[in-house]
Amino acid sequence: MATRPASDVIVSVTGLHRSFGDTVVLDGADLTVARGEVVALLGGSGSGKSTLLRALAGLDDSAFGAIDVPSHFGVVFQEHRLLPWKRVVDNVALGLRGADVRRRALEALAEVGLEDRGDAWPAELSGGQAQRVAVARALVREPSLLLLDEPFGALDALTRLRMQQLLERLRVRHGFAALLVTHDVDEALLLADRALVLEGGRIAEEFEVTLPKPRHQDDPGFGGLRRHLLERLGVPAT
Amino acid sequence: MTTTVTPPVVSRQAPLRRRIRGQRRWYRLVSPVVLLVAWEVASRTGLLSPEKMPAPSVVAETGWRLAADGSLTVHLVDSLTRALIGLAIGGGLALVLGAAAALLRLGDNAIDPPVQMARMLPHLGLVPLLIIWVGIGEELKISLVALGSFFPLYFNFYSGIRDIDQRLVEAAKTCGLNQWQRLRHVVLPGALPSLFLGLRLAIGAAWLSLVVGEQVNAQTGIGFLMMEAREFSQTDVVVFGLLVYALLGLLSDVLIRIAERRTLAWRRGLQAT
Repeated sequence: MATRPASDVIVSVTGLHRSFGDTVVLDGADLTVARGEVVALLGGSGSGKSTLLRALAGLDDSAFGAIDVPSHFGVVFQEHRLLPWKRVVDNVALGLRGADVRRRALEALAEVGLEDRGDAWPAELSGGQAQRVAVARALVREPSLLLLDEPFGALDALTRLRMQQLLERLRVRHGFAALLVTHDVDEALLLADRALVLEGGRIAEEFEVTLPKPRHQDDPGFGGLRRHLLERLGVPAT
Repeated sequence: MTTTVTPPVVSRQAPLRRRIRGQRRWYRLVSPVVLLVAWEVASRTGLLSPEKMPAPSVVAETGWRLAADGSLTVHLVDSLTRALIGLAIGGGLALVLGAAAALLRLGDNAIDPPVQMARMLPHLGLVPLLIIWVGIGEELKISLVALGSFFPLYFNFYSGIRDIDQRLVEAAKTCGLNQWQRLRHVVLPGALPSLFLGLRLAIGAAWLSLVVGEQVNAQTGIGFLMMEAREFSQTDVVVFGLLVYALLGLLSDVLIRIAERRTLAWRRGLQAT
């Protein structure tokens, strides 16, 4: 488990640069993600976490560097970004090709517990439901990689906990790798196999989270890691 | 104790409000009916001279006569044909140019500035120039309608496309949609509400242009009917023509609204919950 052969690396980024005007946001960031691995990307506000993820998702034409990502990936943003003029099931099926597209979309909805809301409009869903649809939309493409940009950041605390558990269950079942951009240290420690801290445009720190899964905030060792990460992010314990 | 009191108050409020709304619908009919009756009475008693303003009953009679002898149908069909052809030309151009200007940088630079400048010209003021250019025949009426309907549709389609949330386009991109598919699934449906607004304004402008256009050397059409009646001092026909124009405008607006409600059902979802 701990040793990963090079052939198992499905995401590799080398020397990623991105600047907005005179402000350099990414200054030669390097990063790898192995098959089935969950990597949390932490960093302060404006540290370039989201910029890095957008570059991986192919949404940034002005980022330079070697980027290697699998062809099948899904993206979940902080906002659900569902098309308001398409019913939920058609949103999930967006861009799918081949036979029984609708059945596949409904199956993906069932996996996030929304099989009965397929014919609803996105405007009729709650925030948590809409975000689950967004997860289903990413999942239905059978991705080997999920790119998650603060996916639960806009949800209330209870819904966020449920979504984190849902994501962990789905990961166990489907075995996708994930790059989780978050500012939530607890979330990173609950879900990730490895945590990266982005600072000054580079990966400033990297460490394995070896706590057994499923994890809980009460687990021994959790508090220590948490304190360490917070300190690294500039919030020392008083 | 207080909790047992509150629920009945809340549940009583809703039907009460509904009843008031139902009553108000009837109230709204009262003043038009009163005006109509006053008009009729004023005409009957000679307060309004029949040359200036014939009684509503006379206008209705005239309308019935014109409808019965088939002349109304002829004029109506001709007016509608002009409106539809003009709207198709002006609207078609507006959609093509609006999309090109909104989606392509080159289109924006090439198309938008002249359109913005031309917008400042009152298109009905172009009648003398248009007569020199295309004569006084059908072309004049159709050009006027096309010009009138072009601008509202162009501007609303343009801004409808520009107002689309870029984040939705990005999400569609991550779902593997190519440029053409993004246009079909994101841009066009997203611009549809603005497009409907533009269409409603365009149809209003089309009727207005038709009214003016049909007063220039027309041989048929509702406008011709009115101009001819004016020469013979048939005020009842003139008033009836106005009524037909008003009804046409009203009818087209209702049709657009129905189409809008069907196509934009997803917006209703907001209220349906």
